[in-house]
Amino acid sequence: MEINDALFQFATRLGDNTLILGHRVSEWCGHAPVIEEDIALANTALDLIGQTQFWLGLAAEIEGTAKTADDLAFLRDAWDYRNFLLVEVPNGDFGQTLMRQFLFDAWQSIHLPRLIASSDARVSAIAEKASKEVAYHVERSASTVVGLGDGTQESHDRMQAALTYLWPYVGEIFDTDDVDDTLAKAGIAVHPQSLKDEYYALVNRVLKDATLRVPDDMFAHKGGRSGKRHTEHLGHILVEMQWLQRAYPGSTW
Amino acid sequence: MSKEWPLWEVFIRGQHGMSHRHVGSLHAADAEMAIKNARDVYTRRNEGVSIWVVESTNISASAPSDKGPLYEPSNSKVYRHPTFFDIPDDVGAM
Repeated sequence: MEINDALFQFATRLGDNTLILGHRVSEWCGHAPVIEEDIALANTALDLIGQTQFWLGLAAEIEGTAKTADDLAFLRDAWDYRNFLLVEVPNGDFGQTLMRQFLFDAWQSIHLPRLIASSDARVSAIAEKASKEVAYHVERSASTVVGLGDGTQESHDRMQAALTYLWPYVGEIFDTDDVDDTLAKAGIAVHPQSLKDEYYALVNRVLKDATLRVPDDMFAHKGGRSGKRHTEHLGHILVEMQWLQRAYPGSTW
Repeated sequence: MSKEWPLWEVFIRGQHGMSHRHVGSLHAADAEMAIKNARDVYTRRNEGVSIWVVESTNISASAPSDKGPLYEPSNSKVYRHPTFFDIPDDVGAM
C-alpha cells in the first residue's frame, strides 16, 4: 500500500472520529442536566471539532485536490466516513453519553501522546496539540463515570446499562488492516494493537472504581473505520450536520 | 437531603503575581468537581493560571445592617489617606 493512500485513510479516520463525536456531544448544548455540565460538554465538543479541522485538513492536503476540510466534512456521504461505530451511536441519557466519552477519551489519551513520536511532522504537531486537550477530557469523563457509577442506585444502574450497551463497540478501536501495518512500519503511526493492553488497563481500573461490571463478551461490532458498514444512525447525523451545505452549496456566514 | 449540589465560590488568579479574584459561583458535588467546572465555566477564554474554590457555606459575611457601625466611623478620618504628601513626578505611578 502507498504511504500517501494509507496516510489519507488514517487522517480521515481520526478526523471522522472527532467530527462525529463532536457533533454528537454538541447535541447536548442547552439540554444538559446542569449548566456547568452543559458548558463543559460544549467545550469538549469544540475541542473535538478543532481536532477535526487539523485531521481533515491534513487528509485534504494529502489528497492533493482543491478540496478542504469543510468539503470532506460536509460533502461526503455515509459510505465515505471512516469513524468508529462507537462515536455514532445515539447519546442516550447523560450517563450513556459520558460513558461513551470516557471509552473514547481513554483511547485518545493513550494514542495521541504516542503519536507525537510520528516520523511525519504534521501528524506529530497535531498529536501534540490535541493530547493536551484530551488529557483533560479523560480526567473529566473518567471522574464523571466514577461519580455516577459509584453514586445512587439509579445512577449506578444507568451506567451499567450504558456500559453493557456500548461495550460491543469498543473492540473496533483495535481492529487493524493494511493502513495500520503500512503506517506503523513507516514510523508514521502507532499500531492499534500496541495500545490495547494499556487501554484495557485504564478502562478496567476506572470501571472498577465506578463499581461497574465489565461484560465478559468481547464480541465487537465492526465496519466503521473500514467504511464497510456503518450503523443506521450515521445517516441521520449527516442529514442534520450537512443539510445547509447540501441545500445552499458553498454558502458561508 | 437536597437534590441540588452545593454552591461553590470561585476565585481565579489571572496571572502570576496577582491575587486571586472572586469571579462567580457554581454548583458541584465536591471540591474536585468544582475546580473542573470552574475551569470550564470561567477559564475558557484563557483567563486564569490558578483556581481556588470554597464552598459558599464556609464564607462568613458581614451583615449589611451593620453598615453604620462598621464603615461610617472611618468617613471622617481623612488623615488615614496618604494624600498629604507631595510625590515627585519622576517617581511615576505608585
